[in-house]
Amino acid sequence: MAEFWVNMGPQHPMTHGLWNMRVKIDGETIVDAEPEIGYLHRGYEKIMEVREFQKNVVLTDRLCYVSSVTWSHAYCLAVEKMAGIEVPPRGQWIRVVSLEIQRVASHLMWLAAYGPDLGLLTGLLWALRERELFLDLLQLLTGARMNQNFPRVGGVRNDLPPDFDKYCRKVVNHFMKKLDEYEDLMHSSKIFLMRTQGVGRISTADAIDWGVTGPNLRACGFDVDLRRKEPYETYEEVDFEPQVWRGADGGDSYARFACRFGEMRESCKIILQAIDKAPSGPYRAKAPRRAEGEGFARTEDSRGEALFYVIGDGDDRPYRVKIRSPVFCTMAATPLMLRGNKMADVVAILGSVDVCVGEMDK
Amino acid sequence: MSGHLVSPNLFELTRILMDGILRILSDAIKALAPVGSPVEPLRGLGDAILTPWLVDLLSWLVAITIMVTWVAAILLLTFMWIERKTYSRLQDRYGIMLSVWSLPFWPFSWLARRRHKPTHKGLGWLQNVADGVKLVQKENITPAKADSAMFHTAPVLIASSTVLIFAALPFSEGFVIADVPLSLLFILAAFSLAPLGILIAGWSSNNKYSLIGGMRAAAQLMAYEIPLLLAVIAIIFYSGTLNVIGIVKGQEVPLAYLGPIAIPAWNILSIPQFLGFVVFFVAIIAEMERIPFDIPEAEAELVEGWVTEYSGMRFGLVFGFKWLRAIAGSALVVILYFGGWSGPVWVTLTPTVGATVIPIPIVPHEVWFLLKVFVVFLVFVWISWSVPRVRIDQILNIGWKRLIPLSLLALILAALFVLFAPLPGGIR
Repeated sequence: MAEFWVNMGPQHPMTHGLWNMRVKIDGETIVDAEPEIGYLHRGYEKIMEVREFQKNVVLTDRLCYVSSVTWSHAYCLAVEKMAGIEVPPRGQWIRVVSLEIQRVASHLMWLAAYGPDLGLLTGLLWALRERELFLDLLQLLTGARMNQNFPRVGGVRNDLPPDFDKYCRKVVNHFMKKLDEYEDLMHSSKIFLMRTQGVGRISTADAIDWGVTGPNLRACGFDVDLRRKEPYETYEEVDFEPQVWRGADGGDSYARFACRFGEMRESCKIILQAIDKAPSGPYRAKAPRRAEGEGFARTEDSRGEALFYVIGDGDDRPYRVKIRSPVFCTMAATPLMLRGNKMADVVAILGSVDVCVGEMDK
Repeated sequence: MSGHLVSPNLFELTRILMDGILRILSDAIKALAPVGSPVEPLRGLGDAILTPWLVDLLSWLVAITIMVTWVAAILLLTFMWIERKTYSRLQDRYGIMLSVWSLPFWPFSWLARRRHKPTHKGLGWLQNVADGVKLVQKENITPAKADSAMFHTAPVLIASSTVLIFAALPFSEGFVIADVPLSLLFILAAFSLAPLGILIAGWSSNNKYSLIGGMRAAAQLMAYEIPLLLAVIAIIFYSGTLNVIGIVKGQEVPLAYLGPIAIPAWNILSIPQFLGFVVFFVAIIAEMERIPFDIPEAEAELVEGWVTEYSGMRFGLVFGFKWLRAIAGSALVVILYFGGWSGPVWVTLTPTVGATVIPIPIVPHEVWFLLKVFVVFLVFVWISWSVPRVRIDQILNIGWKRLIPLSLLALILAALFVLFAPLPGGIR
């Protein structure tokens, strides 16, 4: 059979969102691949220039609709650095709680999508079942299941609701048990290992060169958890283990899966510690309306390193905003991972890098 | 005494029925056209419809209709219902719940409202009927650049070749259309016709996903046909016949006695046939195109594989035939390895009616057979919805490098066991 291009997208079950992966196949083997993105480009960086600092939080929520809090938090952090605002400790701890709940919810959404990618629809429904609990927690905390609009420049919108720690403990303890069930369904399934081990391998050097970050880089065995390397908020005070692939042959789909999977356990630990350690006091500092200067913040988003660079020129809106999306950079490296694999591996690989089109296209 | 309901067999039963109906019809015609009336020549028609060959022909047609209705309507919908309900429970949800109270017209809607019936809290068997009705209503789209003739032939070929299996597949000793001497060969031949249709469907759709799906189907089904047949040959060493009814009869003899309970000599209870069973079971999953071997229509990467371009009821045909194959596959597993319709506990009542003793089967053969088929199918469903899909090269590796050697081993073992039949301890 001659080589030909197959469009996997923009309307395709493989793409979780609107984008296109063109693969050139020779029989079943992928010869070349080429991501086509930009279907969801909304011009975020430009829109943000004409809105006030605080109003941009609503926008940044929509950057990634399954991981809203982490994105608006990264933006708030950058603005705070620019304006020199100190967030009160309780505000920082509440941020950590909401960030980690959001991270687990986001990872569960990824797990839910990875199941049907490999043909395991049961995984989808099981993961969504537990995601519901974390969305309930977020709803309790922020009032919304999606696009929470929770972080504020200078803190968070509201305090922890009464008995929140009780609910958190209940959910986390339940979830820890369910994680073992997932392990039975995925980790200890021979067919799952056959599908994920050794496919989509990328070397550490290549991954760094192409700007792969977050769990995808940690899966190569390179320790880059920004919560440890460059602690923001109160992450230096919590005890957790950054999930890095320790085995010999990392960088494949299975390593990425294992890192993300382990991260859910660690996030649960952080949630429990954070609700215990949060001191009483104010949760939000008064933020000035106008600011001048440059702010730069990078955080460990659910999908990698999220970076916001905000310039203020003394007005009440940013002069310029730059967003670094982790998925955008990872997407550039996907042809490297895809080449030489089988066509069915496209889903096993792209599912494991966790694509979120909202933030990729900005 | 045979314990099957359809007795002595489907054809004889329908023939008695047809004979009665035609006799009544003939009498009615003769009564309407008495001798001496102007329509007297019609009496010849009354005699003509009692011609033996005509009665035979009509009986055959009715028997075939009964079988097709039973398999392709009742059993197919039941299988779909079992699958959808079971995997829903595996996934922690209720699944389909459409019931007769959900029907939006009189008297059901009226009664449901009067009796405060919840309209969507039934068992859900009717959901598949509703889906079928929906598919019939939909437009049949033929892609502009598709090979129209082939595109339209393929669903017919696939569906008809699958229905063909049930010409020889028995549900009990009597509930079978044609009891031919080589029925197992016929069943397997009809079973392996569908890949041709799938390849045609994939190719004629003029769609890359369909083409890849069709090619995958051809490669996979060809690879798994061989171990399947080798495992069947191992069975034939034991049964000595290619007739499915004969194979079941060979398994009805008792193998050993545990006190009063007789253990039947099911094929699965012997060493070589157990190996063969493992091979057959895996291969039949691949032949049915179920997860983990459903790569021809891997919806994650190939949209719907070779089914992609079909719409309307044509899609319903090519999609629903999978369950027909599932019926045939589960039935084959039961017939070849689990003693077919012979029940492990067979009870008969012998009350005396007047002077004659009538043995009444408590559980008829057909019911035993269906129970076993449902259990085997449940195992298929259980496997399907708890494992991911296997990749194409891995599928072919499993087929060629694992299953074929294993089936050959089963074959050689079976030959040795038959050669040295009376092993000490009754090991077989």
